Amino acid sequence: MRPEDILVPTPSGVCCKPGGFHIDPTRPVEKALITHGHSDHARAGHGAVLATQETLDIMRLRYGDNFAGSIQAVRYGEIVKLGGATASFHPAGHVLGSAQIRVECNGLRVVASGDYKNVADPTCTQFELVPCDVFITEATFGLPVFRHHDAAGEIGKLLRSVELFLERAHLVGAYSLGKAQRVIAMLRAAGHDQPIYIHGAMETITRYYQSRTIDLGRVELVRGANKAELCGRIVICPPSAISDLWSRRFPDPVVAFASGWMRVRARARQRGVTLPLVISDHADWDGLTATITATGASEVWVTHGQEDALLHWCRAKSLKARPLDIVGYGDEEDAAAQAEAEA
Amino acid sequence: MNRFAELLDRLAYEPGRNAKLRLIADYLRRTPDPERGWALAALTGALTFKHAKAGMIRGLIAERTDPALFSLSYDYVGDLSETVALMWPLDPNQKSGSAPTLTEVVQTLSTLGKAQLPAKIARWLDGLDETGRWALLKLVTGGLRIGVSARLAKTAVASLGNQPPDEIEILWPGLQAPYLDLFAWLEGRAERPSTRDPAPFRPPMLAHAAEKSDLARLDAADYLAEWKWDGIRVQAVAGRDQHGELVARLYSRTGEEISKSFPDLLALLRLPCAIDGELLIMREARVQSFNVLQQRLNRKSVTSKLLAEFPAHLRAYDLLAEEDEDLRDRPFATRRERLQALITRLSDPRIDISPLISFKNWSDLTAARADPASAGAGVDADAVEGIMVKRRDAPYVPGRPRGPWWKWKRDPMIIDAVLMYAQRGHGKRSSYYSDYTFGVWSKRDSGEELVPVGKAYFGFTDEELVQIDRFVRRNTVDRFGPVREVVHEPKSGLVLEVAFEGLQRSTRHKSGIAMRFPRINRLRWDKPPAEADRLETLESLLTQREHATMPTVGGGNV
Repeated sequence: MRPEDILVPTPSGVCCKPGGFHIDPTRPVEKALITHGHSDHARAGHGAVLATQETLDIMRLRYGDNFAGSIQAVRYGEIVKLGGATASFHPAGHVLGSAQIRVECNGLRVVASGDYKNVADPTCTQFELVPCDVFITEATFGLPVFRHHDAAGEIGKLLRSVELFLERAHLVGAYSLGKAQRVIAMLRAAGHDQPIYIHGAMETITRYYQSRTIDLGRVELVRGANKAELCGRIVICPPSAISDLWSRRFPDPVVAFASGWMRVRARARQRGVTLPLVISDHADWDGLTATITATGASEVWVTHGQEDALLHWCRAKSLKARPLDIVGYGDEEDAAAQAEAEA
Repeated sequence: MNRFAELLDRLAYEPGRNAKLRLIADYLRRTPDPERGWALAALTGALTFKHAKAGMIRGLIAERTDPALFSLSYDYVGDLSETVALMWPLDPNQKSGSAPTLTEVVQTLSTLGKAQLPAKIARWLDGLDETGRWALLKLVTGGLRIGVSARLAKTAVASLGNQPPDEIEILWPGLQAPYLDLFAWLEGRAERPSTRDPAPFRPPMLAHAAEKSDLARLDAADYLAEWKWDGIRVQAVAGRDQHGELVARLYSRTGEEISKSFPDLLALLRLPCAIDGELLIMREARVQSFNVLQQRLNRKSVTSKLLAEFPAHLRAYDLLAEEDEDLRDRPFATRRERLQALITRLSDPRIDISPLISFKNWSDLTAARADPASAGAGVDADAVEGIMVKRRDAPYVPGRPRGPWWKWKRDPMIIDAVLMYAQRGHGKRSSYYSDYTFGVWSKRDSGEELVPVGKAYFGFTDEELVQIDRFVRRNTVDRFGPVREVVHEPKSGLVLEVAFEGLQRSTRHKSGIAMRFPRINRLRWDKPPAEADRLETLESLLTQREHATMPTVGGGNV
């Protein structure tokens, strides 16, 4: 049996014919297995959705109660039989509830990793290495220049800046689902005990994280705060809000952005950021290549991002490698901005 | 080195002057000697080791990475040092904490032979993190461009001891990295370092901008007036060292030493003195426009060909000291007499005194400002930027005291242009579209169209900024990253009245013209874009200037 007989890449996502389902489809399908709650992977309108409880909760918070015809929560490690295949969900370490999906059929193991990172994150279960024959990887940061280094060091940089510019607000752009809560949790781990303020758009998700017993300390809404109160405070907002009229309420803000893209100076400058923080929820180059090697896979499919370099690397290691041209995956923020534009 | 790297990293992104000062001062306060002294030397451009070549850095990375991966990465990042800093493979044998100090880097670089350099740099890179590697590569290749002037760094160091920055400028030529005596004094641990510099910089006296109404209140008889020349303000100083040898130096207005760029001017300082004057380019006894001076400033190496083609000239305004005598507390009129006598003794064609403008009352001066050519400036009139009005009895006071000196600039050139693109600003302005590209009409093959002629990001009031920002957001026709294209049609769009100081030809702009010091003078909400100016208007202004000031340029006229 060939891998292509189990999973077929289609323009709307990867399809498992023997199991009768799609993984992270970008168009409505009969049955969808969803890796995580980011809007470019988790869309509304499918017949049936299988995902972790957290991912289902996040989809409900974002799309309302009727986001799918039916839902089924699957625990990490639980094996689900679907037609002629079995599927299981394993921690991906990307955001709360994120999973890699392992599909097995006639002894051939394929892992669709979704988005993942193999470094510690206090807000989600640690990435689990799942041995397989075919590994489907993302390549958001698939260039050797993306080395994310130590996220705690970046938090230290932010705190030193807060200490130095006490009369200014520090505005930190961060994706609403995952990054925002991770940044807050890391600030707490570094000993920052002041109230942290958030933009209204991330309130629901943040409260949800807190309800899952993730300790974020005192989190306040910007909406209720006056200007003087925001001096010396850390404020987390969606990246698009930095350049928005919304940001004018702050006293001479220091503009920070927590993202793997901040590794490259031109990207940070283009954003008008004065304090770039290299904190990523995606694996960096070393993470991607180490994971691919460790899975033991002899074949690698690359879904989205900077595929060229990763494909070249795989082939140099004598791994069979192919790009999957799936339309619609990318930055969480781009997807959000697009949704905004369409609305 | 990692701390210094973090400082450079913050400075490179920080647009605000005050924030930069705080960052530098904070670093200097927290970092021990001699590390901070070398950092100060790096920020003030006082380090003098021989720079590593880009080719060597390429060689190092080529030995360690796959060429295809390097080329994809370099293509994406666009900067060699940054690409290498990010791609540099981790050495698994490297122990943590083996990052070099800045002190080690600087001291090693000044002694190490060329052959050992690549291995040394590679070892340092192994011990540093991404930001550290970036800073190291920028430092060793001499590409440390982080938007910090020497003056700013000196201002920051001055704040450690609550001293005015000029105090540091005065001491600076006598100090040496890593400046242990300077820090000791600023932190109250030692006496002020004594300056035995034979040719020190003296903080300059500056003028307030005058309107006609300011002058009307003054008695014309108390004042002298002279031309304000459009060159660069300099201080030319010569003095004898302990061996009796004459040491000559040339400083910019901010106290940075620029002697190396102007050996031709240094040569004329044959007597101990300190002259405040304007550096100009003189050809066939005519002052050249600022554009010509700029061409000399832009050249990196000073060749004899450059010296011959762009002969430097000092037009003297004031005499601050002569032999061992400090003249700064004497009246201006007296200093000028002494200056005249000195220049006569020097008897050198490369230096002359800036002539006085004769006037009896303010209307005489108004007329002179409107037409410098007929009021004594003659053929040099186009190099006149305005008029300086100085009290006869005023001492030379550092800083910008109000009253004794006034500068009365000529009216700027003005055109009406159409807003085409707007870009978001930085820092405080990051939510505002505050950088504007504007254009004027020109007839092209495709018909009448606007061609961009410049960019401006100041001149408007805070309230006008809000108005333009609102206009940009409501009239966007396209977006490119942080840039928005705004509507610019004959009947709809925003006309900006743009003021500027001069024009020059440019191959970098589609219009072929670049403006000097453009700023937004006024918003012309009342004017339809179709009535904005045309490119021909700018071209004719440019041609007039070229004919007036540079009749002999362009024909190998050495």
